[in-house]
Amino acid sequence: MEEENQAMKLYSHPMSSCSRRVRLALYLKGLKYECINITGVGDPELLKVNPMGYVPALVDGTTVVSDSYAILLYLEEKYPQHALLPQDIIKKSINYQAASIVSSSIQPLQNTTLVHYIGELVSPDEKLPWAQNHIRKGFVALEKLLANHAGKYATGDEIYLADLYLTFQLDNAINRFKLDMTEFPLLLKLYKVYCQTPSIQQIFAESSQQQIDKSLFNFTKPQEA
Amino acid sequence: MSSCSFRVRIALNLKGLDYEYKAINLFKNEQSHPEYLKMNPIGYVPALVDGDIVLADSFAIILYLEEKHPQHPLLPRDLAKKAINYQVANIVASSIQPLLALPVMNYIGENVGEDAKIQWVYKHAAKGFAAALEILLKDHAGKYATGDEIYLADLFLAPQIISLKERFNFDMRLPSTIQVV
Repeated sequence: MEEENQAMKLYSHPMSSCSRRVRLALYLKGLKYECINITGVGDPELLKVNPMGYVPALVDGTTVVSDSYAILLYLEEKYPQHALLPQDIIKKSINYQAASIVSSSIQPLQNTTLVHYIGELVSPDEKLPWAQNHIRKGFVALEKLLANHAGKYATGDEIYLADLYLTFQLDNAINRFKLDMTEFPLLLKLYKVYCQTPSIQQIFAESSQQQIDKSLFNFTKPQEA
Repeated sequence: MSSCSFRVRIALNLKGLDYEYKAINLFKNEQSHPEYLKMNPIGYVPALVDGDIVLADSFAIILYLEEKHPQHPLLPRDLAKKAINYQVANIVASSIQPLLALPVMNYIGENVGEDAKIQWVYKHAAKGFAAALEILLKDHAGKYATGDEIYLADLFLAPQIISLKERFNFDMRLPSTIQVV
């Protein structure tokens, strides 16, 4: 297959919130890329390109960037169209803080591999309470952080970095972990707006389709409920 | 004590910024005291107060300082090298530090046992992420993690390396000898 320019490639997993954030950013910025869904941990094709073996991993020419936060900041600098960060330094900081709360305080503690490990280490009955507890703590922080800044979206009336993080974390919290959202009216309101937003609907739809299309190794081990 | 606070203090010192340091003892749960929460409702440490602005989260604080006080840049100009710094910072901030935080370690101690804590640390800090960092930095390290200047990556690595050594007696071996500032 001849390609005029070397198109970007994204190594991704359809249901991973980290991968979906990046796919949403690429979509918003109108960037073409080849989406390569990895089939499982230790995928040889991925390891060739990214020896660390993480997804998402972006290949842009000779540059390989892994870690969604790093990829998003890289994309923001290299492809400034449809800015993902507001100009105002305070609003920009709110976006960074929201992204960090999700990426450091919530996501790592509720990801499938870790939750499964807690199930083995402690008890299978502990998996859900563990995940819900850590999500809830992060959501308490987010609800306060965004209280004075939210508009239609998390930090105003445009989709920014914070929204990329919140959308898929909320999706996990509500749909996978059945978190009671009563304490989080702002976050719930945002989630409803996200579900009505065409660009986000596009990513949700693509993920579902990709999950159906390939019989993908799902990171949960067979025994997990 | 907190490696997250340590990152910010290195940044402030490198940029020559004056600040008043107020210690919050995490072991005594001081981050939940009403006085702290009034100033910083999120309750996280570290928190930077700059006039009317309160910022919590070390990554956000450092990026804020980088924009507002560009002296002694903490990120290289080259975008690929900058991206390496972002990756290192986030491997530490997302894949290592949160798993070693006090509430998590207390949970492991209470629900599994004190001995399990060390295994937990080794599993999460050692196998996955020290190995990942070594691969990532292999082609980039100089005197410091991503070259011959101290950058963001070093601000995240140095406190984490120290913390792992002091708290768990774990040596994170990386290709370059990170000079501790």
